[in-house]
Amino acid sequence: MEKNLEQLFQEKIDKEIRIEPKDWMPEKYRQTLIRQISQHAHSEIVGMLPEGNWITRAPNLRRKAILLAKVQDEAGHGLYLYSAAETLGISRDEMYEQLHSGKAKYSSIFNYPTLSWADMGAIGWLVDGAAIMNQVPLCRTSYGPYARAMVRVCKEESFHQRQGFEILLTLSRGNEAQRRMAQDAINRWWWPSIMMFGPKDDESPNTIQSMKWKIKRFTNDELRQKFVDICAEQIKILNLTIPDPDLKWNEERGHYDFGAINWDEFWQVIAGNGPCNKQRLDARKKAWEDGKWVRDAASAYAAKRVARKEVKVA
Amino acid sequence: MKQYIKKYYYGDYGEGKNGAADISTSGSSKQEWPLWEVFIRSKQGLDHKHVGSLHAADAQMAIENARDVYTRRNEGISIWVVESKYIHASNPDEADALYDPANDKAYRHPTFYDLPDELTHI
Repeated sequence: MEKNLEQLFQEKIDKEIRIEPKDWMPEKYRQTLIRQISQHAHSEIVGMLPEGNWITRAPNLRRKAILLAKVQDEAGHGLYLYSAAETLGISRDEMYEQLHSGKAKYSSIFNYPTLSWADMGAIGWLVDGAAIMNQVPLCRTSYGPYARAMVRVCKEESFHQRQGFEILLTLSRGNEAQRRMAQDAINRWWWPSIMMFGPKDDESPNTIQSMKWKIKRFTNDELRQKFVDICAEQIKILNLTIPDPDLKWNEERGHYDFGAINWDEFWQVIAGNGPCNKQRLDARKKAWEDGKWVRDAASAYAAKRVARKEVKVA
Repeated sequence: MKQYIKKYYYGDYGEGKNGAADISTSGSSKQEWPLWEVFIRSKQGLDHKHVGSLHAADAQMAIENARDVYTRRNEGISIWVVESKYIHASNPDEADALYDPANDKAYRHPTFYDLPDELTHI
């Protein structure tokens, strides 16, 4: 019996053969990837905003240089990912348009405000930590350009998490006010961070197909549990607490149990009602609009140089 | 099936008219800077290797952007950029036929030859 394209495609996936841009792929696979990769790219770009807030307020030059480098990395990660998405047939401008119009989503975590310097620590440790947990398996995702982009992202990301932990560690060894500041940041960032893994498996409609296509390698709940287990140990080094009274080692499961997640809050933030949704999108749109003259000038300059060259040749 | 291979822009994607500058699914794309493929030589003595792509108005900007995007951690000592629309690629659907001539020529490999073990330095 002749196999159809879809069966051949699935066979390749099952054999761990990567899919490359020119290969045949089901339209749904393409669409799922465009959605996931562009959301991921948007998250990197919007993710620069909460931290950008603290570059000028960093407590010393060392911290400032580090934060600048980290934010620059995030811009780079956004660019790797936009490029990967473009290989699927969507243009960069279309993706920007989807972000600016609110059609495309980005990680809801970036709709929370950064109120103190300690937030830079909590973001590095928890938000980047959760991101890494999500991203490491994506280095083996079935779509070649996405996997290659993720390898680069993951290589660079680990300094982000380490510098965050170092900020918290320094504060945790400081005076009472500094300890309080660190604890307050962890209190505010913990729950949004564990929401970053997305809805529970039984409410995540895309998971089954994405697992079958090996776009995803682990389910949301598996990754979330892994993250909680690691953080529950790491917090001991900080001598601070995770704001969850139900967090407890479960000998039988070999995992930490944790309390109920406020999914209502999660869906509210996704729907646009988080504390900073409007501010983030406005900042992003303003940057795009304010940069228009620069883009136009560069295009005009390039066109002029081409024209001059043509005259010379003639 | 045709529709899945019509729109390809970067890297191995082919024909000039399909370059990023021609994507016209939304009006604004017309102003998009062209797409460039970036190749980096990581150290003297090694080949330039494809690392990804980026948008830039001209070649000089493409090289400067490539430095910022792809060599923030000393990944390179030399950068090549080429506008994506100038890259031509083989078609994966024709791979079987294209590479077929090499399939039955095992004698091109040194392991093909059955020689005595005592023969050394060969």
